[in-house]
Amino acid sequence: MFDNLDFDVIRRSLPYLFLDGMSFTLMLTGLSALGGLVFGTLIALMRLSSYRLLGRIAGLYVDFMRSLPLVLVIFWFYFLVPYIGQWLTGASRPIRVGAFTSSLVTFIMFEAAYFSEIMRAGIQSISKGQPAAASALGLTYSQSMRYIVLPQAFRNMLPVLLTQTIVLFQDTSLVYVLSIPDFLGAASKVAQRDGRLVEMYLFAAAVYFAISCVASYGVRRLQARIAIVR
Amino acid sequence: MNYNWNWHIFFEPNPTGAGTYLDMLVSGLLLTIKTALLAWIIALVFGTIIGILRSLPSKTASWVGFAYVEFFRNMPLLVQLFLWFFVLPELLPRAAGLWMKQLPNAPFWTAAIGVGLFMSARVAVQLAAGIASLPRGQKQAATALGLTTGQGYRYVLLPIAFRIILPPLTSEFLNTIKNTSVAITIGLIELTGQARAMQEFSFQVFEAFTAATVMYLAINIVVVTGMRLLERSLAIPGYIAGK
Repeated sequence: MFDNLDFDVIRRSLPYLFLDGMSFTLMLTGLSALGGLVFGTLIALMRLSSYRLLGRIAGLYVDFMRSLPLVLVIFWFYFLVPYIGQWLTGASRPIRVGAFTSSLVTFIMFEAAYFSEIMRAGIQSISKGQPAAASALGLTYSQSMRYIVLPQAFRNMLPVLLTQTIVLFQDTSLVYVLSIPDFLGAASKVAQRDGRLVEMYLFAAAVYFAISCVASYGVRRLQARIAIVR
Repeated sequence: MNYNWNWHIFFEPNPTGAGTYLDMLVSGLLLTIKTALLAWIIALVFGTIIGILRSLPSKTASWVGFAYVEFFRNMPLLVQLFLWFFVLPELLPRAAGLWMKQLPNAPFWTAAIGVGLFMSARVAVQLAAGIASLPRGQKQAATALGLTTGQGYRYVLLPIAFRIILPPLTSEFLNTIKNTSVAITIGLIELTGQARAMQEFSFQVFEAFTAATVMYLAINIVVVTGMRLLERSLAIPGYIAGK
């Protein structure tokens, strides 16, 4: 069954696959996770704030993003980002946005909704006495969030946040729909150029599998270590 | 913003000659629902089997369950669809591969099975957690009553475990619906695909995507409402969510 396959095509395209493709995927994953975490935390704070309206807006945003398929959101932002750029810079025409920027904006906005739910659960898991003690010490709201609540929430939720980042790592493969050469896109380009779909897709699957397996094993180890502390 | 809005576009005839652009989107919506339902049935059947395997005391059974879940959880859905669609027919014996490639509606069947198996791993994890959350006495009582393991699962453990995991299953069902859009990459023209096609034919990007967005939101509302009713009608008085 493997007799007419040519696995040498993988070796020949390794530099392209990893230096171009995988570095794009990892960069996109890392920056989106960071951006998503920052915005997600802000959204979580909005949801938990005592201003009803802020909470409403944040809740609507999260529900809205979470009910749409990522593929549709990718298309939305791909066409929307040039107009947003025009609006922000006050240019007379929609600005040209590169593939990386466009997908980065997409993933940050999309993941913010998911990270915000995790951070909200993390903040709510901190006992009421902590912010109460902080305000008794005279810390302001932002000081108590910054020095007391958020560091603990972040620490408690670290395994969940990392698991979500693994999901994000897998989801970045969907930029394929914009023909962007991330890892899967690069593999697919080589596959179609050389007519080697079977070899390239099997290899891509194996690489994703290996990375995700190792990463989730690491998260399980981390979880076990964190669990002892409490 | 110099974009020409044209909301009447939905009632203009589409280039395929069969009806309006709205008809195009509605046919995409129906295909999304059809694919998602079939995928969900597959996910429930396989997820239940694997979930039970994971909860059995047998080491082999739980290892099989673990391997299954890891296999489907550690690859992007898109890659899995590519494996089913492009790779599997090549690796099968010639005749079988040819049959698969010539199957009418191949993208539909691939999408339903691919998304279904992908989701089955998630259902299995939920179900195994649901069974694990039951008090040990349930299983012991079933054994004490003389039920076999199979009967114990059928009449005691599963009915309660499924009720416990109904809320997470709702969100997994919603994920199934959303995940069918990934099949756009293997040529399934479901709702997102039709919105994209409409954008390419008519250049009315934002109208097309707005309509698709509204339709996805509508599906969500229907599913969430339906599942809430189901939860209420299945609730056992005095237990979990029952009143």
